[in-house]
Amino acid sequence: MVMYWVALLAISILIYLLLDGFDLGVGMLFSAAGGESQRDAMLSTVAPVWDGNETWLIVTGVIMWGSFPVVYAMVMSAFYIPVLVMLLGLILRGVAFEFRGKALSSRWVWDVSFVVGSFAASFMQGAMVGALVEGLQFSNGDYTGGTLGWLTAFSALCGVGLCFGYSLLGACWLVRKCDGPVRDAARRQIPPLAIGVLVFLVVVFAYALAENLPILQRWTDRPYLFVFPVIGAGAAAMLAKSILRHDDYWPFHMVALIFVAAFATLALSFWPYMIPFVVTIDEAAAPHASLAFMFWGAGLFVFPLMLLYVAIGYRVFRGKAAPAADHY
Amino acid sequence: MDPTALLLSRLQFAFTISFHIIFPAFTIGLAAWLTVLEAMHQYSGKPVYRTLFAFWLKIFGVAFGMGVVSGVVMAFQFGTNWSVLSKMSGPIQGPLLSYETFTAFMLEAGFFGILIFGRPRVPPWFYLFSTAMVAVGTTLSAFWIMVNNSWMQVPTGYVLQNDQFVPDDWTQIIFNRVVWVRFPHMLLASYLTGAFCVAATGARYLLRRTYRAEAHVMLRMGLALAAVLLPAQLFIGHLVGDYVHDYQPAKFAAIEARWHDEQPASEVLIAIPDSSTESNKYAISIPVLGSIIGSMSLTSKEVGLTSFAPQDRPPVLIPFFTFRIMVGCGFVMLGLAWLGTWLGLKHRLDRNRLLLWGIFLSFPLPWVAILTGWYTAEVGRQPWTVYGVLRTADAVTPFLTASAAMTSLILFVAVYAFIFSFGTYYIYRLLRAGPAGLGGRPLHVPVPNRPMSLADQVPAARSYLGAGE
Repeated sequence: MVMYWVALLAISILIYLLLDGFDLGVGMLFSAAGGESQRDAMLSTVAPVWDGNETWLIVTGVIMWGSFPVVYAMVMSAFYIPVLVMLLGLILRGVAFEFRGKALSSRWVWDVSFVVGSFAASFMQGAMVGALVEGLQFSNGDYTGGTLGWLTAFSALCGVGLCFGYSLLGACWLVRKCDGPVRDAARRQIPPLAIGVLVFLVVVFAYALAENLPILQRWTDRPYLFVFPVIGAGAAAMLAKSILRHDDYWPFHMVALIFVAAFATLALSFWPYMIPFVVTIDEAAAPHASLAFMFWGAGLFVFPLMLLYVAIGYRVFRGKAAPAADHY
Repeated sequence: MDPTALLLSRLQFAFTISFHIIFPAFTIGLAAWLTVLEAMHQYSGKPVYRTLFAFWLKIFGVAFGMGVVSGVVMAFQFGTNWSVLSKMSGPIQGPLLSYETFTAFMLEAGFFGILIFGRPRVPPWFYLFSTAMVAVGTTLSAFWIMVNNSWMQVPTGYVLQNDQFVPDDWTQIIFNRVVWVRFPHMLLASYLTGAFCVAATGARYLLRRTYRAEAHVMLRMGLALAAVLLPAQLFIGHLVGDYVHDYQPAKFAAIEARWHDEQPASEVLIAIPDSSTESNKYAISIPVLGSIIGSMSLTSKEVGLTSFAPQDRPPVLIPFFTFRIMVGCGFVMLGLAWLGTWLGLKHRLDRNRLLLWGIFLSFPLPWVAILTGWYTAEVGRQPWTVYGVLRTADAVTPFLTASAAMTSLILFVAVYAFIFSFGTYYIYRLLRAGPAGLGGRPLHVPVPNRPMSLADQVPAARSYLGAGE
């Protein structure tokens, strides 16, 4: 039962990373868009799905609260400021979808809030992961690191890294969903973004291995773990190839695969810890009565249904989005 | 625990949740109304239903978006500010909110995109289905929230183990009698909000002498629904009072401003309760009525606040007044709905401009009633967060600093004020432009994947005509 909820939590985080990742990425690339019609086109590729994408963040939050309440309480309270900034960022970018088109002279306000909100949310998510990897101070289950204890050079680097990662996903999404100048611009953005992401990943893992010897131990104990970095490297090669071939479809999937590989590498490096070297999965797990209640309804039956809604949504809005010129 | 951080956390929770509830309260009713309109259009083929659907969909889009973004905050705020509560009640509240997210949020979110952008891309039956799914989603969400809150009000079906509330009977938690009066109370409140907003819009157009056909449909449907639902709501409200009387006697005494045990008890209609002297100033009360309301008896003894230790008493002033404001709003709405429906049936409503103004100006009443009702429930249950078991002061994140809590509160107030003022302004502009704001553009033109909802044709058309700002 515990394993089932760990798996579901991992799947939900991954779905969130991929789905909200591309739409936060589009939000950040929005700042580089050339003109109103390009901005409209970019927004139109995410407008029908952003709400569902963001819901996966709530899914992650409530699974964590219901299945691993100790971790939820410790992590959220330790990350008071980053969670706050992330939420405000998500609010500002979320309302921009609805408000932007209804504004006349104030449209720029929502353009700015869309971009700033996307950057803030992405950076904070990356910084929180970085801070967790680096290690937070706890004593007796209470966080003792101070209000800004999460902020270090490493966590900031991870924040920047995730901004690069999401932007890369966003660029690949635009290549897949758009035509014309938007696609061409996104295509030009992919190589520098991809190189940025790969450099960042290498630096982060080198740093993590150098700082945390226990992790190195895990890797030498379990050499099969190297399969994930290898998959990531393979995906990066395929990404380069598909970009050179001017393919519209494959880059997004290859970047998604890089994300999966990076996520699996990270998660397995710390297994079985949920908060690295402080709380393990079993220590954090909710009582059996809670896990079983969630399993026999939400977990077993509703979770597949949620995937079905997502599939329906993406199926209805499949293919290239209509060019911006059609709008007026 | 820092007392300032506690106070700021309470203020922040009250502020963010009050802001949030404004939107779901509106969209639950509106989603149901959209489903009815779409079904009636598909069944009867009358264009007025289609026009109204397109018009209210735009307003729904803005309100839903604000509800979504302010709702995300709620899923994290328990952990950031109330870590002790999250740790202790996670095994019960976590699964309940998981059910909410799994059954409701994803349903809403999945079909919301189709509702706003998908009409040209799906067959009509599937579009109607999507509309209905959004409505079902909003309703399920309200259900799970009420289960969750009712468990905090009347905790049941658990044992306390290792400082955690461990569930031992989920049927008792979900099929708690309290849930089944409070959930209908909230659901009807949401439908009334939708009904009054629709009716008020209709009244406004009649007063302006525009959109007569649409205005008549809105006024008729809104008032008729409210006329039927309001008596039911008052009755269910009475049942909610019964549960408070039985399970939360201190809250009941605070609402009644009853300081001392009385037999038979009088009912204080209005007064200024004063907790320093433990008495009421300028009270107008009716003898014996308090026993009738509390226990349906002429002789029953009703408990007063002084029967509880001072540290276990809720504040009195807020529940006392918010309860009376809520009930007052209910009766004003009942009067308007019945009078309006009756005059409407006699075809005399159009000429009664005074009543039309009354209906138009009454649109904030359902919100006022919902907010004051929630303040009664939540302030009245203090000093407890899990009633009788966990005090609010013990539930807060123990190491939260006042400066961090102050920062977050200020930022929330600033950002919410910012988006609220723009959001209401955009909704106001849509309402003012009216159903013809669609700019006469044929409704079947495929406008897939519009950057935002269908609504920017309003300002676009207006500025094109030189009438924009």
